[in-house]
Amino acid sequence: MDWGALHTILGGVNKHSTSIGKIWLTVLFIFRIMILVVAAERVWGDEQDDFICNTLQPGCKNVCYDHFFPISHIRLWALQLIFVSTPALLVAMHVAYRRHEKKRQFRKGDQKCEYKDIEEIRRQRFRIEGSLWWTYTSSIFFRLIFEAVFMYAFYFMYDGFRMPRLMKCSAWPCPNTVDCFVSRPTEKTVFTIFMIAVSSICILLNVAELCYLLTKFFLRRSKKAGNPKHHPNHENKEETKQNEMNELISDSCQNTVIGFSS
Amino acid sequence: MNWAGLYTVLSGVNRHSTAIGRIWLSVIFIFRIMVLVVAAESVWGDEKSAFTCNTQQPGCNSVCYDHFFPISHIRLWALQLILVTTPALLVAMHVAYQQHQEKKLLVLTGHADAKHMEEVKKHKMRISGSLWWTYVCSVVFRLLFEAVFMYIFYMLYPGYQMVRLVKCEAYPCPNTVDCFISRPTEKTVFTVFMLVTSSICIVLNMAELVYLVVRACARRGQHNSNPSSGKGSFYGHKLSSEYKQNEINQLLTEQDGSLKDMLRRNPGLQEKGDRCSAC
Repeated sequence: MDWGALHTILGGVNKHSTSIGKIWLTVLFIFRIMILVVAAERVWGDEQDDFICNTLQPGCKNVCYDHFFPISHIRLWALQLIFVSTPALLVAMHVAYRRHEKKRQFRKGDQKCEYKDIEEIRRQRFRIEGSLWWTYTSSIFFRLIFEAVFMYAFYFMYDGFRMPRLMKCSAWPCPNTVDCFVSRPTEKTVFTIFMIAVSSICILLNVAELCYLLTKFFLRRSKKAGNPKHHPNHENKEETKQNEMNELISDSCQNTVIGFSS
Repeated sequence: MNWAGLYTVLSGVNRHSTAIGRIWLSVIFIFRIMVLVVAAESVWGDEKSAFTCNTQQPGCNSVCYDHFFPISHIRLWALQLILVTTPALLVAMHVAYQQHQEKKLLVLTGHADAKHMEEVKKHKMRISGSLWWTYVCSVVFRLLFEAVFMYIFYMLYPGYQMVRLVKCEAYPCPNTVDCFISRPTEKTVFTVFMLVTSSICIVLNMAELVYLVVRACARRGQHNSNPSSGKGSFYGHKLSSEYKQNEINQLLTEQDGSLKDMLRRNPGLQEKGDRCSAC
């Protein structure tokens, strides 16, 4: 169970995301997870072995390392990426639940059910509206919160995102104040800034997606308010279909569904 | 065989679980196994090599490490995760057995074509009858294993906190020697994290148990007030020979609700008034 498995799990969610959501997922996997695995992990690989203190006192190095690096950057990023990608599973669960309900309807032989077979239900992509809209928006909201919390944790622990070359340590059992040298400080600073920058881009994408969803919601609501014939209890199936099609055509959003045949 | 292999094995079980069971499985794989593999293992990677004692006495380092860390956290967690996830295989075995019985029944009734066989494989079993008992047992075992391992953790490493310094006087260390542990804060953070997720999993398992019991009682209450929804003989008159009928009756009493659903969907044996297999 590793990043590849997470990619498989989240790949399925991708189908039901908005375009911005798909971009966000790509940025997450390519610019964050992949960079973490192929580059950053090597840079931090020898972080403790090559953390050298100017003393022969046994234990001083361990204690000083622990004092200056309570949690390694790598682990923080790994946790951040796991937490940030999991709200998407809420959406996946909601979609799975809707599919299950549609399958149940289909199996009952419900007349209202328009699908020809189970495979069509499985392949269908749901529109982000109704309760799914709320689930989707909550997932974006949680993503934003987790990103912000981890950025703050980073800033709090490692003042200013910069990795210094030298740290002065006077924790017991170090005798007096001891100079300790960090391995590859410049490379670590570069990667830290890179990961922070990409994290900020992801935050911006999430904010943009949230705005987009809210705008779409209000537009749809105002359309419904200005078009009273579009009523859910409409008896004529053909008229309902035609209204839906008209709405789809006039709604120039990218994520429309292929639900009804003409 | 690694964690990915276990994931493949258990994904199949996922289909026949309740909603809470699926959430539990996701929590296990994402917040426990994945965190263990991508983060925790590298934190504990140098636990022995960076365990330093303030002495030059050969052997003292090894003896003290062994004294304070009889089993490493990582190995304990790996064992815990394996033991906690495997009761689900009881359910998988039971489902496979039921599917085998259904296929046998199809052969007996002369509906053994590829389409129906596929349907047997694909359709989701209702958690009722003997499958319910198996499922409940698996949840109880999960709870038991989680509790046992939490207790072992507490016994071996009281307070769940990793200290920076331990004082060791095991032979061959001369007198009392200071030994320093590597990355104690990071280890404490991950220990607490794994503990919290373990508790969340315990809560989910308890919720699932309560849900199953409540559902069983509700179903029993419905059954008592509607005695005509009985099993077995309703199908009997549609089949040609008495022998076949007896076999089928026997299989039906073993199969309970799930087979009714499958036969209902079979166009040759329509039955109205039954419910779909929703869990």
